[in-house]
Amino acid sequence: MSAQSAPHPHASIARRKIAEALFKVLGLCSLAIAVGTLALLFGALLFEGITRIDWQFLMSYPSRHAAQAGILSAWVGSTLIMLVTAVVGIPLGVAAAIYLEEYARKTWMTELIEVTVTNLAGVPSIIYGLLALGLFVYIMGLGESILVAGLTLALLTLPVVIVTTREAIRAIPVEIREAAYALGATKWQTLTHHVLPYSVAGILTGIILALSRAIGETAPLVTIGALTFIAFLPPAPVTTHPPYLSFDWLLSPFTVMPIQMFGWVSRPGEDFIGNAAAAGVLLVGMTLTMNGVAIYLRYRMRKQVSW
Amino acid sequence: MNQLDSPHPQDWPKSLKAETRALSFSYGSRLALKKLSIPVSEYQITALIGPSGCGKSTFLRCFNRMHDLYDGNRYEGEILLYPDSRNILASEVDPIEVRMRVAMVFQKPNPFPKSIYENVAYGLRVRGTTERQILDEKVQQALRSAALWDEVKDRLTARATSLSGGQQQRLCIARALATDPEMLLLDEPTSALDPMATASIEELLLDLKSRVTILMVTHNMQQAARVSDWTAFMYLGELVEFGLTKQLFTTPSKKQTEDYITGRFG
Repeated sequence: MSAQSAPHPHASIARRKIAEALFKVLGLCSLAIAVGTLALLFGALLFEGITRIDWQFLMSYPSRHAAQAGILSAWVGSTLIMLVTAVVGIPLGVAAAIYLEEYARKTWMTELIEVTVTNLAGVPSIIYGLLALGLFVYIMGLGESILVAGLTLALLTLPVVIVTTREAIRAIPVEIREAAYALGATKWQTLTHHVLPYSVAGILTGIILALSRAIGETAPLVTIGALTFIAFLPPAPVTTHPPYLSFDWLLSPFTVMPIQMFGWVSRPGEDFIGNAAAAGVLLVGMTLTMNGVAIYLRYRMRKQVSW
Repeated sequence: MNQLDSPHPQDWPKSLKAETRALSFSYGSRLALKKLSIPVSEYQITALIGPSGCGKSTFLRCFNRMHDLYDGNRYEGEILLYPDSRNILASEVDPIEVRMRVAMVFQKPNPFPKSIYENVAYGLRVRGTTERQILDEKVQQALRSAALWDEVKDRLTARATSLSGGQQQRLCIARALATDPEMLLLDEPTSALDPMATASIEELLLDLKSRVTILMVTHNMQQAARVSDWTAFMYLGELVEFGLTKQLFTTPSKKQTEDYITGRFG
């Protein structure tokens, strides 16, 4: 090739830079669409609902009169169910992940389990509802209760917790594990002294993401028989007489925030739209708070474990 | 001991800390070590040299049963650890027991993301030592042995990862020494370090050998010549030549060894 036939380098650079500029514009557009839609939605929700959010709204039961209705039973229900979900789902998920990642021998069985767990994360949530209806409500006879709702959502969050925990554990460099083993540590010591403490930030992120997904779930809870109108609270978990702790609340009927919202939206007339929007704002607030806690915890843990 | 097998009986170590007898090792179906019989002289430094992939690291990692951490690995033959002549590859021997006697320092400094103090104390904690006074004493002792005490004594609670590469590697040596191991394995301990840090580690090793038997892998022949008493030259999973470092580097008995140490291949 002679020097003359070679194109001037500037032309080629300019051409390649056009592609870059084009992609930048495209990326910005996509971002604007995504964030814009979200902002618009939340803005509308806020606009509709903000005036309804007050103490009375938080502390009242549902009512036939929009102005007197509140979400007390819904947010208490959501909170208690999340509690059950967390208590059941987190230890199970983390333990399963640790077993799969650290203890299980790599056979076709574990491969199959791995693939299945990953796929379970993508199963529609109503399927979990059907499973729970059959298993917990009919076979085990636990009723349409907070316990069943919590267990159902725990099942739903399990795959997400397992997958993210495994990824967090796997991110710990093999050199660190070998260093521990070389000093005579057992597998359990290596896990509890090193692998888990160093990966706890990632594990926590997975847990909170899973719980944030669960708190907004409606379909599986409707399937197992959540009520849309509940004008009482579950029995208090703490009592004034011995043994001071009561678990009766676990078997109480329940409603949750998204179901309450849906109940209001599906009513004829405009009156309850404001209520639904207000409940929506609070639900988004709850989710964002959970994510905020996750981000804060992750930040603190990362600071403690610096590579 | 295997004195009669050696071509020059006077070239065999007098007092052994360990020795391998027909040690073979395979990863799955790949045979990585082929019937190696190599002695490790007590309170001296034995170096393993050879081109990349010759199996020297694999050989080293047999001495603390590191291969047991992964599936599909198989040992054959024996590694005898003296004075009790225990075959540490025997199936009834717990790898943890072996690792408590034989410590290891890795190629890349790998301190835990904890404090300097906790890094050194870890081996003791694993063994159940909780008494602060003993820990303090042992940590100081180990850091002194690794020639790191003066540099870190005022910041024992600082992150180990805040140290320089050379300091981190000396910390790893201190961590390995804290439990008074009988033998210290080093897997190319200076390959990630600059010349200054390398020199200080080499000096440290010469200092340490009066207290602990050292078996090290190095890809750096000058390093083997500078610090080791005995050298084993390996090629493709086989032992080509073993002898006194002085002899092996000046009058190798095998052509292959000569080619390698003069840089004609490898």
